[in-house]
Amino acid sequence: MRSDLVVLAAAFGYLALLFVVAAWGDRRAEAGRSAIGSPTVYALSIAVYCTAWTFYGSVGRASSQGPHFLLIYLGPTLAMLSAPFVIRKMVRIAARQRITSIADFISARYGKSAGLGAMVAFMALISSTPYIALQLKAITVSHAVLVNYPRPADMALEQAHFWIDKSFWVAMVLAVFIILFGTRHLDASERHEGMVAAIALESLVKLVAFLAVGIFVVFVMFNGPGDLLGQVARTPELSRVLSLEQVPGGATGWVGVLILAVLAFLTLPRQFQVLVVENVDETHIDRASWLFPLYLLLINLFVIPIALAGLLLGGASADPDSFVLTLPLSAGAQALPLFVFIGGLSAATGMMIVETIALSTMVSNQLVMPLLLRLDLLHLSGKGELAAWLLGIRRIAIVLILLLGYGYHALIGDAYSLVTIGLVSFVGAAQFAPAMLIGLYWRGATRTGALLGLGAGFGIWAYTLLIPGFAQSGWLDISLIEQGPWGIGWLNPYALFGLEGWDIYTHALLWSLMANVGLLVGVSLFARQSALEQTQAALFTEALHPNLPSASLWHGQTTQGELGELLNRYLGVAATRRVFALPSGKLPGSAFTQPSERTFAADRPASHQLITRAEQALAGSLGNASARVLINSVVRGEALDLESILSILDTTSQALEYNRRLEQKSAELERASEALRRANERLRELDRLKDEFIAMVSHELRTPLTSIRAFAEILHAEDSLEADKRRHFLNVIVHESQRLSRLIEEILDLAKLESGRLTLNPERLDLAALARRSVDAVARLQHDRGVSLDVELPDAPAMIVGDADRLEQVIINLLDNAGKFSDHTTPHVLLRLGRHKDHFRLSVEDNGPGISAAERERVFEKFHQLQQQEHTQGRPRGSGLGLAISRGIIAHLGGRLWVENGKQLAGACLTLELPEAPPTMPRQAGHHDLNA
Amino acid sequence: MAQVPAHVLVVDDEPNILLSLEFLMQQAGFDVTTAEDGESALAHIDANRPDLLLLDISLPGISGFDVLGQLRATPATRHLKIIMLTAHGREIEREKGMALGADDYITKPFSTRALVEMVKALLTEANHDAP
Repeated sequence: MRSDLVVLAAAFGYLALLFVVAAWGDRRAEAGRSAIGSPTVYALSIAVYCTAWTFYGSVGRASSQGPHFLLIYLGPTLAMLSAPFVIRKMVRIAARQRITSIADFISARYGKSAGLGAMVAFMALISSTPYIALQLKAITVSHAVLVNYPRPADMALEQAHFWIDKSFWVAMVLAVFIILFGTRHLDASERHEGMVAAIALESLVKLVAFLAVGIFVVFVMFNGPGDLLGQVARTPELSRVLSLEQVPGGATGWVGVLILAVLAFLTLPRQFQVLVVENVDETHIDRASWLFPLYLLLINLFVIPIALAGLLLGGASADPDSFVLTLPLSAGAQALPLFVFIGGLSAATGMMIVETIALSTMVSNQLVMPLLLRLDLLHLSGKGELAAWLLGIRRIAIVLILLLGYGYHALIGDAYSLVTIGLVSFVGAAQFAPAMLIGLYWRGATRTGALLGLGAGFGIWAYTLLIPGFAQSGWLDISLIEQGPWGIGWLNPYALFGLEGWDIYTHALLWSLMANVGLLVGVSLFARQSALEQTQAALFTEALHPNLPSASLWHGQTTQGELGELLNRYLGVAATRRVFALPSGKLPGSAFTQPSERTFAADRPASHQLITRAEQALAGSLGNASARVLINSVVRGEALDLESILSILDTTSQALEYNRRLEQKSAELERASEALRRANERLRELDRLKDEFIAMVSHELRTPLTSIRAFAEILHAEDSLEADKRRHFLNVIVHESQRLSRLIEEILDLAKLESGRLTLNPERLDLAALARRSVDAVARLQHDRGVSLDVELPDAPAMIVGDADRLEQVIINLLDNAGKFSDHTTPHVLLRLGRHKDHFRLSVEDNGPGISAAERERVFEKFHQLQQQEHTQGRPRGSGLGLAISRGIIAHLGGRLWVENGKQLAGACLTLELPEAPPTMPRQAGHHDLNA
Repeated sequence: MAQVPAHVLVVDDEPNILLSLEFLMQQAGFDVTTAEDGESALAHIDANRPDLLLLDISLPGISGFDVLGQLRATPATRHLKIIMLTAHGREIEREKGMALGADDYITKPFSTRALVEMVKALLTEANHDAP
């Protein structure tokens, strides 16, 4: 048996250490050098989630229900995935609106409703009580186990009278400690930086302690995990612990508990406190979103090994909730059990400190203060007594909350295991989730809906979980949970409306959330929101909007003097000075002001910004609902008139809309100007091309005209010209005139082609016949030039759709070109027509030098003349438009015209391709056979 | 005093224009040679030293401007009388030709009489200039 003195000394020593850390943190904060400016500290403080329930209860749970306990830690891990959106939004709102608790948050969201705030505070108080009881039970039991081992801890005896019950004294010692700890500050509105530092330390202590006992059990008591699992495998009845089948309620139970853990993580008063209220820097969320899940992983690492070890080594005799203590004790370890006890103490005290501080803030701001203000019982003379009042209320609240916890523990504490008690609280806290989360994203959620939803959810929670607890402990007739009240089966709290076979938590969660969400959404769809509600709803749902104005929403009138007096009365001189941003010594309208100074600002109207700042300062101490009441008391006229609020919101959204439109317009303008620039460039290019074309045309026209004029003048001047010469000169004039006409025709064709006004008369025709006709037309000329012309045509008709005249013009142009291009001594041209898939190809090949790859596309340009062209042989020169026109015509007929190097004659080969005409008449279908 | 007829070289790639120019110069009493491109024109000038050059601008191969530039850069032909012929009516071409050292410039289609007078005037001028 261990000396009680040593244990008590260690416990008090640990508490003293915490106190020193907290005091240090507070001093750092006062000096402006925050000790909790690290995201790691933030993540560790969130680990206040792991309480005595985790420290002792997880092993207990794992011993009977296998991996089920993990769900409680999977939930927060999932919730942290949403941290960048949901938690960030909550943190930003809390910082903007000076939110002090989850009750304040929900009250502020629904139009700073005092009723809603009071309701949430009350519900938080009731639902947290079992949870605080759980911590008390854990401390008391672990102390008893440690001191009495190996004798079993005889708890029943100690509960005979509360003054000899250790839990009672633990509660009282902690009350004193928390009062010292959390209400040291005279300025009640500040964050509790010292507390957060101490909680972060506690999180480290409990983690290290749990890992220590885990390592001790697995590696000292057993030879590593292999040994442990090997021994378990030889004990068949233990293997079942590892299986998933042990989870009550089956798959629904899993899902239910998982959802429960996600919601509770965000809504438990202490979690909201550390996650949201105590957050000093929004960016800390990023690291916490992975560091905290990592913490959860570590602290759960040894749960199952310890549970298995406990069951192996005579688990029947000891309570599984105490395995972490009894295992090292049974192995004869000296220091480790004490360290484990300190670890459990840190887990329990961490929860109790934060929970009690969060609850006491709610009790003072949401329950007591509004009541005092309403009953006009708050008599303040302007010497900063408000802080004293608040601290007084909170201190009393702390004692009462812990007494309530003790009461619950003393009444029914033994009926439930640690985890069971915790889950009851979880379901209670989860009732805040709909009002909070839906309110974050749905602007239409109303105060009435939230009130009714919360009320119904809470009622069902109390009926299905809280009250049955009293029945199970014998304080109410056990028949309530066995047969239902008055024997009415469908009212059975554990099987409401006949829903049986579920575990009691999932069952309670389903019914309570269904009623809660249903009423919140259903009523909100029909209820009207007040102006303030609309404003607050917009500020909450749009919190992450970068352009959200920190709108000054006060539109009433008051003087700086009145406002100053109000602030001074409630918050004291220093805080008032901060609000007015004044140097020390000057205070408008204050009793401390010199008469000469009194006039300097006292009669001036207070700006809306100043009123808003004053309200925020009051909200930081008293909560949003009370702050609104106080400001209303000095602001004359309709403090918040519907019209102006709506117009502010409207202006804001109009401005946003206008801004959005402006951006849209400017983007459109940019696109338009880009299009314009491109069009301009294109126009300039077209203009240049047009100039070039006109210069070319003028050049081409001038050339034949020059010969015509020169010879006409010569013939005119020289009467004595011999007949031969005269005839030759006249021939030239005729020839050049023809050339001129042809050129003009071509230019007109080209103009029509390019403007799309070329009229074609498409008809079904035989390309082979057309080719033959074209060859006949040029045969004479080619013969004169000494060009030999070969033709390869199919026997079957090659039916296409085209304009006969135009196509003939193209084929003649190709033949003509080929004759000219060929500078061979024996020029040779080959025309072939053949089928290519569902097209016909007509190619004209010569035995000239061919066309280089670079030139191939350029031959289709207007006025393009090939370099090696005819001048050496003195042949008449083309206009350079023929191929351009030919390609245009073929394109108009849906075909292609291109040039390549011929395969047979190795010269240039121009090929035109036209689609085969679709068969129109049944009789003509026969030509397919001919083609084949 | 029996004057040796002046020697005129005509360069153009259009056979019919060449034919008309040749005839006009012969009728005016000059010795005439023709060329269809810049290369053969330069070769002929090198060998035969004509007194005057009728030079078309758009020639296959090296252009009339190139021929003009080369002639003016060579001391022996720096003072050769040169008349540019062009079918491009653009002012800038005329300026370019004059800047490169052409003695005169005529646009196609031209007045035969004006051309012959222009040639005669330049040749007379050349005789006066001669030492």
